[in-house]
Amino acid sequence: MNQLVYLVPLFPLIGFLLNGVFRNYLPKNLSGLIGSGAILVSFVISVLLFIEVKNGLVINQTLFDFISVGELSVPFAFQVDQLSSIFLLIITGVGFLIHLYSTAYMHEERAPHFARYFAYLNLFVFSMLLLVLGSNFVIMFIGWEGVGLCSYLLIGYWFKNDSYNNAAKKAFIMNRIGDFGFLIAIFWMILVFGSTNFADVFSKAATMPVGAAALTGITLLLFLGATGKSAQIPLYTWLPDAMAGPTPVSALIHAATMVTAGIYMIARSNVMYTLAPVTQTVVAIIGLATAILAATIALRQFDIKKVLAYSTVSQLGYMFVGLGVGAYTGAVFHVMTHAFFKALLFLGAGSVIHAMHHEQDIRNMGGLKKHLPITHITFLIGCIAIAGIPPLSGFFSKDEILAGAWSVNKIYWVIGVIGAMMTAWYMFRLYATTFLGKFRGTPEQEHHLHESPAAITIPLIILAILSFVGGWIGIPEVILPDAHALEHFLAPVFAKSNELKQAHHIEHSTELMLMTVSVAGALIAAIIAWIKYSRKTDMESRGFGKVLENKWYVDELYDKIIVRPLYATGKFFNRQVEKNLIDWLVNGIGKLVHYGSRQMRWMQSGQVGSYVLLMVLGMLVFFVLQFFIKK
Amino acid sequence: MVPVLLILIPLVCGAVSFFIKSEGAVKTGALLSSIATLVVTLLGLTVLTSDSSIRAEADWMPLLGSSFSVAIDGMGKILCLLTAIAFPVIFISTHNSKYSNPHNFYALMLLSQAGLMGVFVAYDALLFYFFWELALIPTYFLCSQWGGERRIPVTFKFFIYTFVGSLFMLVGIIYLYSRTPDRSFALESFYNLSLTNPEQMWLFWIMFIAFAVKMPVFPFHTWQPDTYEQSPTAVTMVLSGIMVKMGVFGVLRWLVPVVPLGSWAWGDTVSTMAIIGMIYASLIAMRQDDLKRLIAYSSIAHIGLMCLAIFATNSMSMQGVMIQMFNHGINIIGLWIVVELIERQFKTRKMSELGGLAQKAPAMSVLLVILALANVALPLTNAFVGEFLMFAGVFNSEVTEYSKVYTVASAVTIILSAVYTLNMLQKVLFGNTSAVTAMGRDIRRNEKIILGVLVLMILFVGIYPKPMLDLTQETVDMIISKMINKHPL
Repeated sequence: MNQLVYLVPLFPLIGFLLNGVFRNYLPKNLSGLIGSGAILVSFVISVLLFIEVKNGLVINQTLFDFISVGELSVPFAFQVDQLSSIFLLIITGVGFLIHLYSTAYMHEERAPHFARYFAYLNLFVFSMLLLVLGSNFVIMFIGWEGVGLCSYLLIGYWFKNDSYNNAAKKAFIMNRIGDFGFLIAIFWMILVFGSTNFADVFSKAATMPVGAAALTGITLLLFLGATGKSAQIPLYTWLPDAMAGPTPVSALIHAATMVTAGIYMIARSNVMYTLAPVTQTVVAIIGLATAILAATIALRQFDIKKVLAYSTVSQLGYMFVGLGVGAYTGAVFHVMTHAFFKALLFLGAGSVIHAMHHEQDIRNMGGLKKHLPITHITFLIGCIAIAGIPPLSGFFSKDEILAGAWSVNKIYWVIGVIGAMMTAWYMFRLYATTFLGKFRGTPEQEHHLHESPAAITIPLIILAILSFVGGWIGIPEVILPDAHALEHFLAPVFAKSNELKQAHHIEHSTELMLMTVSVAGALIAAIIAWIKYSRKTDMESRGFGKVLENKWYVDELYDKIIVRPLYATGKFFNRQVEKNLIDWLVNGIGKLVHYGSRQMRWMQSGQVGSYVLLMVLGMLVFFVLQFFIKK
Repeated sequence: MVPVLLILIPLVCGAVSFFIKSEGAVKTGALLSSIATLVVTLLGLTVLTSDSSIRAEADWMPLLGSSFSVAIDGMGKILCLLTAIAFPVIFISTHNSKYSNPHNFYALMLLSQAGLMGVFVAYDALLFYFFWELALIPTYFLCSQWGGERRIPVTFKFFIYTFVGSLFMLVGIIYLYSRTPDRSFALESFYNLSLTNPEQMWLFWIMFIAFAVKMPVFPFHTWQPDTYEQSPTAVTMVLSGIMVKMGVFGVLRWLVPVVPLGSWAWGDTVSTMAIIGMIYASLIAMRQDDLKRLIAYSSIAHIGLMCLAIFATNSMSMQGVMIQMFNHGINIIGLWIVVELIERQFKTRKMSELGGLAQKAPAMSVLLVILALANVALPLTNAFVGEFLMFAGVFNSEVTEYSKVYTVASAVTIILSAVYTLNMLQKVLFGNTSAVTAMGRDIRRNEKIILGVLVLMILFVGIYPKPMLDLTQETVDMIISKMINKHPL
């Protein structure tokens, strides 16, 4: 098994090549089969690897020397430990369900485009697997930019639409800003540790003092990378726009996997973060601010996918809070449960959009409960899970993060709970507006309403089950002693961090009290929203609601203070500096030469007399010069 | 033996071409000549690696202390390989282009190739200068005879720029020669010179200007966008793909090891110029509508990074420069081929008039996307390896206190390059077709093959750069040791 790690990314790569190269010749069912089959095989191997690493084993495999220059050696090497194993299972498992779902969802596409879609999707899975399998930061970065590329290609999948292309471009560029930070962090690691291999970097970092400047710098730069990929303040604005892509893409890339890459990266580098308390505070505060900001925006969105997108940004914020307060297991746990319920919600939204013939505005929906029974019930499970209501999965992971927040700073907890209440509110607003009440669409839409085919409902059902029970692998001590299987499993990964930081233990009674408060808050919010929005739908936003609907005008702000000045500078350089300054200087020199030669023309007038005069003058000059030089 | 052949084959074929009147014959002849050169180069890289086959020495001007001394070291190998690959690619991809007086056109192209090869293998300063001019002069004619509407003033500007630079360099070479104890132009004698500090201060600039113009480095660059735009695309490919490397190469072989103290002293000045140029050119690239000008400015930014990395003087940065010299050539030639194909079909290079080609020309679109990704140095394309090493080298540089500032400032261009490159993709490939592109068709099979070959090279070097890096390690160690030996610290 140890030497088979490379097979995990290999199959998606083959799938990509087959679908990509032969896209004009493959019938649709075959390209769907290749695309989904490749991921299924990877999933099976991932399960085998999981069994292998369960006993605390770490598998390493070096394929070849990638970059090797002087002291620096970057092998193309993989490493499977408990953390990467969890991510492997999420990526290939949820990934397979979404591939399966796509075979039905994308059936309207013509065959070459259908194959192109699966090629991109497989390439994405390949890159994502590189990201979590790499045993050094460079391989991780390869995957990191690779998923960014696939995200770009898939957001702009319907390339005739210019606003989709703009969204794709925006996603790539904002990610690039983050990648800039990531890259510089890598260079800094080379300077400090002489290597980018996880083993070398982390063992050397562990010997450094707490708060070492280099560690703070490196971790902050890595975090800048994470804010790009995982859509945190200030780089989050691309994610809601990314909803331009096909809905299964939103589920896979922009909810379940790619956007959690930042969490993976920080969890992977936990030793460095634990030793950089300043960075941890920054991470926690940015995470918290993002969680709240995105939640407020989600309150006033009308596009079903936009609500889910802001919800994703907000939930990612919670994961960063977990990382920031040192609750690494909790953050990874939330990645996992979030992958289940957010993929479920997106796929459910896709099923709704599919049934409604590409309608995405929830104001034109309503009463879908009886038309789409499976979609309805699974979507409801997703809502309960994300709202953090026990015993569904979201409760357990969110609770672990909130408990960690309390132990570091009680204000974090208070804000976190307010955010959790907003989550419950906007999710049940979404649920009630979409599925309850009366149908508000056109009669024609109503006529065509029908439950989606099995390729769509089966993934929904599986994800609903996972969203329900997925949290039970991390039952907190206070409810059931020694039942946190995930913590035991991940223990080796975070061992060093746990050793380095002093543990904050919360009294069991306090923890129970906190739990009760947050669950009660979420429940109340959910019930009020349920009742309110099943009776009446809100149509127009007024006053402050308008600000929220317009996303706090952050896009407009960025446009004003960054994009426009940048283009204006480019214009200034192009029109003024380049043409009127530099070229002017060069042409000036040219003119000077021209002028000079015109002035010298009289010297060659062809009159013997003037030549003689010049000759005499020249001799005089030489004579004088020689006289002086001799002295 | 090998270096002599690399010069002789194009030189002789070029001279013969002047007298062939049939267009078909001269095209075939030029292509065969370039393929023969490629074969010899590949043999030199693989089989004929003995010292006697990669070195040659003959009397040239013994009274002056100059000899015909040529050899291929690691850096020479990588650049000869680039030159040898580039010419067949250029000839094949522009096979359908029509030129008046084709015999003169192809003859000049081949002469220029001979000059380029000579520059990369010369181990004698006078010989180097001779080939330097041999490479440049044909391009003046190519550009002024076969160029676009504004070719005359543009070529004149190009000529003045490079000519002034060359003259300065000649003065520098002659001065260095006068300081050698045995009056010799040999590279080895130049390396062994012991020059005083003040001498090196001015010698550095007098030599650097020639190379800086050629690269080009801000603010010596304004000839470049105009010349790229006005030259026939085949010539633009030679200029941007290979000839700019003459500047980088010149700095690496004839400048920094010869005047190390000057290089230390002026390193920060040059680095600052390079960084300003990178950002400046990237911002201007964002405002271009003409594809050729966009690529030209993008290239200024990329070359600026090479210049910056040279002066960081460590194994990583220099290796990055080496491999990037090759990569940049491959990538930019690929981009020019696409521009040429677009222009030939739609009679315009303006992005605002194009659009929607992804529907009309899917094969070309895929290839252009990969080329564009290489242009933004996405991992697993060749340019990532080069840029990663260069940035890492600059960050880890021990010869300047500003290494971190340099890296952060220059790395901003990786964001800006994404902006203008993706803009280009969007305007050319995506969206709806325009009036111009509505009747577009995909590229032909031979065009697909040639671009496909370039794309495969991009991916191969991007995934497995080791063979390339191994090739130049020795040269890099040599240059660094020459510089470090004389480091004042």
